[in-house]
Amino acid sequence: MSPAIELIAINKSFGAVHANKDVNLSVERGTIHGIVGENGAGKSTLMSILYGFYEADSGEIRVSGKPTRIRSSNDAINAGIGMVHQHFMLVEPLTVVENVMLGAEGGAMLRAGEAKVRKELARLAKDYGLEIDVDATVAELSVGLQQRVEILKALYRGADTLILDEPTAVLTPPEADALFELLRSLKQQGKTVILITHKLREIMAITDRVSVMRRGEMVATVETANTSPPELAELMVGRRVLLRVEKTEKAPGAPMLEVQNLSVVDARGVLRVADASLTVHAGEIVGIAGVAGNGQSELLEAIAGMRRPVLGSVRFEGQNIGAADHNPHQMRKLGLLHVPEDRLRMGLVPAFPAFESAILGFSEEPQLGCGPILDHDRLVADLARKMEQYDVRPPAPRLKTSNFSGGNQQKIVLAREIERNPKVLLVGQPTRGVDIGAIEFIHRRLIALRDAGVGILLVSVELDEIMHLSDRILTMCGGKITGERKASETNEQDLGLLMAGVTDEAA
Amino acid sequence: MDLGILATILDSALRLSIPLLAACLAGLWSERSGVVDIGLEGKMLVAAAAAAAAAYAFGSAWVGLLFGILASIAFALIHGFASISQRGNQIVSGVAINMLAAGLTAIVGNAWYGQGGRTPPLEGDQRFGDFVFGHSVLVYVTLLAVPVTWFVLGRTRFGLRLRAVGENPAAVDTAGISVAGLRYSAVVIGGILCGIGGTYLSVAQAAGFLPNMTAGRGFIALAALIFAKWRAWPALGACFLFGLLDAIANQLQGFSLPGIGEIPVQAIQALPYLMTVILLAGVIGKAIPPRAAGVPYVKER
Repeated sequence: MSPAIELIAINKSFGAVHANKDVNLSVERGTIHGIVGENGAGKSTLMSILYGFYEADSGEIRVSGKPTRIRSSNDAINAGIGMVHQHFMLVEPLTVVENVMLGAEGGAMLRAGEAKVRKELARLAKDYGLEIDVDATVAELSVGLQQRVEILKALYRGADTLILDEPTAVLTPPEADALFELLRSLKQQGKTVILITHKLREIMAITDRVSVMRRGEMVATVETANTSPPELAELMVGRRVLLRVEKTEKAPGAPMLEVQNLSVVDARGVLRVADASLTVHAGEIVGIAGVAGNGQSELLEAIAGMRRPVLGSVRFEGQNIGAADHNPHQMRKLGLLHVPEDRLRMGLVPAFPAFESAILGFSEEPQLGCGPILDHDRLVADLARKMEQYDVRPPAPRLKTSNFSGGNQQKIVLAREIERNPKVLLVGQPTRGVDIGAIEFIHRRLIALRDAGVGILLVSVELDEIMHLSDRILTMCGGKITGERKASETNEQDLGLLMAGVTDEAA
Repeated sequence: MDLGILATILDSALRLSIPLLAACLAGLWSERSGVVDIGLEGKMLVAAAAAAAAAYAFGSAWVGLLFGILASIAFALIHGFASISQRGNQIVSGVAINMLAAGLTAIVGNAWYGQGGRTPPLEGDQRFGDFVFGHSVLVYVTLLAVPVTWFVLGRTRFGLRLRAVGENPAAVDTAGISVAGLRYSAVVIGGILCGIGGTYLSVAQAAGFLPNMTAGRGFIALAALIFAKWRAWPALGACFLFGLLDAIANQLQGFSLPGIGEIPVQAIQALPYLMTVILLAGVIGKAIPPRAAGVPYVKER
């Protein structure tokens, strides 16, 4: 039997960037095929070509052995290919039924088609366990359910092959488990699944085969059973990488940062952090685990002094911080530094040359120049030195900030904050959009900092990262701290339940 | 107040609300598809000029309507080309449409007729006369556009796609539907409605074209559109309310207030605009526009 999908010698360039170079891929029918690669390796471009979002410069697509031209999403749908995008392609004010029927309404009047959609959705709900309230508007649904609508859309349009782009990025661990269960049941019914992800754990858990892309090229396709995460990581990066940085047990020191009963309300008046209390000791990494949007960001910003809490107090080195002093400038002076989670919005100015981005927040330091005048040569020299230490590539201080890759931008922010000798470091999403190789480097740095006695408060939506780095883990759900665990005494299932709001008392 | 005056005011309110309603519905179609249209004023103005000129030349109000609509569609397509195909700034394009219309109608009108930009007065078949209850046929066509808009947007395939493209064009694109096609359709429908509104001004309500005869109605229509939260039936209500204010203002002219004396005409004429500001600022609450309105659709890369 011919493969469900074959891509033969696909080439695609965007200007000078060769995003796909002679890429070959063969996906067997009824399998789950993983595609891994670093950011910018060309995975998404390849899938966009298969789904008709872009047309390849050259190369051939075969669907079930038949050469097929796919010039638009419509062609892809007609060829039985469905895609669940990372950012959902849903119309929020419309209902589930309307979203599913969009593009396949079955006639000029909606009423006739609607009955058919409802029947078909009921059947899919029965066959695959895809239960959903079909009359709810998409905006009312949780992220997990919105993803379900995306999958239903593809199945309703008759997809035999389903492409999922980073599907678990927005899901809680239990939701991700449910998704994998669904993918397995799709496979059993003869559907083909292509899974794009950067989480090697998922690849190992669910795929039958896995293809690795690096710098626009397909470097390997292997049976999942015959490979291992370290091998895949090495294929992705092109050199050996440590997926888990070793750290030694260490007794924490004195309490450095104490947060008591902090509550934060956002601009729309919604309570984002509810009565959160925590302590960070010297020489300790405290991780906050939670699905994105559960108040971690607001908590971090409130501690840093960027948001005014409505209730609660913050103590730093035993000193109560008064409302007047609780601003980023003052907190920085005290030694509480902050690597914000959205580096392009809060950490850097993309349009500035790197050496200017590298002094944001510290431009008043006397050694940077003479009075109000900044000494550019000196800033450039300073950053050049740091770039070498932090392995920033290219090591070009005068290059525009936005021209660095995500990982290198992150290193510039880290270098700026860490080199100011923090007593406490707040870190938000330190490796979001950062390549595996750079992740290893950043993790090493954070652990070295902790070993040097700095207290670190880490917020990350990557559960692996929290578990690898933290000494103590707090979980947040709906703005509340739902649990606390020692990193050595917990596991993913346990944390997953806490992140979903199942607290110790309830359990 | 005696019933006669009340009837006069209501009748005149309907008359005055018709061009607002046509423009408001035009804006509704355009903006629900994601194309912000502040060029309603300009489109009505060219339609008014073209309709009056054609009605005069061919001696038929209906031919006038045809040319009014065609002129308005032509301007709508300019806006469509700039904002859909070229992904330009929709506000800038709309402003350009308004300026172009204001200048072009006055200059061409003056060159043709030598009457300071006016067309010669229209009479007889050159105008839309009374059709039913003392109102011209265009009044009823425009009123009919309300339920039609409501039905097409809410109950048909085209309407569903159009609503979707105004909220999330990428979803429409990935569903295999042309984003540009939908938006052009919406913009052309807007052009037709503005054409009807403009024609009504010069060939039904008045008897000929005057420079700048739209006098800001296109902008009031935009205010009504926001007031109505981009929905058809509320748009009817909002436009009638603004028409009513206008009618009352007309009645109040020459009216003396005890202790103050005669109210200046300008103050009365400013009343609808003042009310618009107050209504928009305080009364209607939050009006959320279609999410993709004003944003050109570019495939991500």
